[in-house]
Amino acid sequence: MAEQFTKGMARNIYYGGGLFFFLVLVGLSLDTMRELPKRDHRENITPAVAHGKALWEKNNCVGCHTIMGEGAYFAPELANVFDRRGAGNEVVFKAYLKAWFDAQPLAIPDRRKMPQFNLSQSDSDDLADFLIWTSRINDNDWPPNIEG
Amino acid sequence: MKYSSQAVAKPYFVFALMLFAGQILFGLLMGTQYIYGDFLSSLIPFNVARMVHTNLLIVWLLFGFMGATYFLIPEEAETELYSPLLAKVNFWIFAAAGVATILGYLFVPYAELTELTKNEILPTMGREFLEMPTISKVGIVIVCLLFIFNVSMTVLMGRKTVVNMVLITGLIGLAVFFLFSFYNPDNLVLDKFYWWWVVHLWVEGVWELIMGAILAFVLIKVTGVDREYIEKWLYVIMAMALISGLIGMGHHYFWIGPPRYWLWMGSIFSALEPVPFFMMLMFAFKMVANRAYEHKNQVAVTWALGTATMAFFGAGIWGFIHTLAPVNYYTHGSQITAAHGHLAFFGAYAMIVMCIISYAMPILRGRPQGNSAIAQRIEKASFWMMCLSMLGITLALTVAGAWSIALQRLPEAAEALSFMETNQKLNPIFMARLVFGVIFFIGLVTYFVSFFVGQTEKVTETDGNLTPNYS
Repeated sequence: MAEQFTKGMARNIYYGGGLFFFLVLVGLSLDTMRELPKRDHRENITPAVAHGKALWEKNNCVGCHTIMGEGAYFAPELANVFDRRGAGNEVVFKAYLKAWFDAQPLAIPDRRKMPQFNLSQSDSDDLADFLIWTSRINDNDWPPNIEG
Repeated sequence: MKYSSQAVAKPYFVFALMLFAGQILFGLLMGTQYIYGDFLSSLIPFNVARMVHTNLLIVWLLFGFMGATYFLIPEEAETELYSPLLAKVNFWIFAAAGVATILGYLFVPYAELTELTKNEILPTMGREFLEMPTISKVGIVIVCLLFIFNVSMTVLMGRKTVVNMVLITGLIGLAVFFLFSFYNPDNLVLDKFYWWWVVHLWVEGVWELIMGAILAFVLIKVTGVDREYIEKWLYVIMAMALISGLIGMGHHYFWIGPPRYWLWMGSIFSALEPVPFFMMLMFAFKMVANRAYEHKNQVAVTWALGTATMAFFGAGIWGFIHTLAPVNYYTHGSQITAAHGHLAFFGAYAMIVMCIISYAMPILRGRPQGNSAIAQRIEKASFWMMCLSMLGITLALTVAGAWSIALQRLPEAAEALSFMETNQKLNPIFMARLVFGVIFFIGLVTYFVSFFVGQTEKVTETDGNLTPNYS
């Protein structure tokens, strides 16, 4: 077999196979782009949601938390925190979130510490809107339960 | 050293290892904060330490890949590097930008850093592994373009071998896919979808090509096996990496918004991702078994076999255990991912860089047949300390992940423990992880020591002649 299988054939598998599967990836991605609006409900991305995402990034929240399972595993999952802490009620959740931010860092010895980010009420509300929008993304029913 | 311009690799290797030490120190800090949340938390919060830990990893590996490229490309192309001066300039630009970015993380609160670097003009910051300021990302692009220009010109002038062709496709892919880091829309799903075009297509795509090319180069040099034989299989193995890895990206698309068909595509193709690593493992051992001579740099052979083995376990086995969608539903976002990440990055990428350093540094320092026996013995001890402690870290994190799933995710919502309660229970495991981390650091220090011992000992053969193998 080694004699019939030449370096030229191996090279063709490398470049040809690589290119072919890259094109398949592009094709699947294009299809995904068509499907996504039904799943991410982008029509609900208000300026507040967009600003909330900017605040999420500005404070590097993903450096401790996960969101839809991605990030650091030092602190709880937040894609479903609206359901967990707000019980699906936007007013309750916003009040909870601001109180939570204000209480940081909690004075419990050895507990992992969340920094004090000095967020205003409107910043806190925008972050809440971002997390509420995120909680409604169709992510194939992940996580398994509300604890994340 | 066959070509004097190969010497530009040396500062890249030295600097890479310095950053590696920094990475491990911040890893130890995080390991401590996992258990003792107050430890230095007001000075260096966890998210800052993590950013430094992961970004140092990326940057030191890039320095390592660049050093490896500058070392092997002239030898493969059989010509001097197109511009050694450009390579030196490039080193200083990259080093200065890298150090400035890390110091920014450490001494400026992250929110201020985003304002200071005008992130609002083109927001790219605050996303995992891509936390560096936009200006630093632009710097990385410029450095990569200059680097690829220099390397391409060298290859175009010289011999085009399979090793340098695979390497250059990997490097071009690295530069091209990094451009997706500039795309950060308001829609989190789109943001995540294309974030993976950087992260997955790097570590489960083009970086594998870079690793394969470097490994093949070292194996050719230390075994003396016919290049024709090596090159054919390098193409096949790397083809398998691309065929499995490109659609294998689907395993990241299970739970972040994309449609359900990714559950099938991602599971099937990523289940094949261990195949190229298994082939690489078989191949490395077969090459060494069929070696044409005994190279005096035995520890470089150890690293070559070691990286193939640990990459197979870390990227192959530990990737496979949680890649099928029904399993991943429970393991996604748990310490299982961290376990896989640690062993895969160490086995495939940290070790391939240490492999080429182990082969090339003695040559760059005027010892073509490797370091003295005592230096090699110490280096081999450090190899085992680092490998075994990293396996310990991996096992600890795997146990932590599995246990957390049992406490937090498997029970019905009413009986499930919260994230924080679960992690309280995992403290003994995190303590074991920290102990293994400390052993790893001692291993790394031992590795550094090996560079400074036995310098006066006479190397048996200085003319580069090789002893025939009588087996």
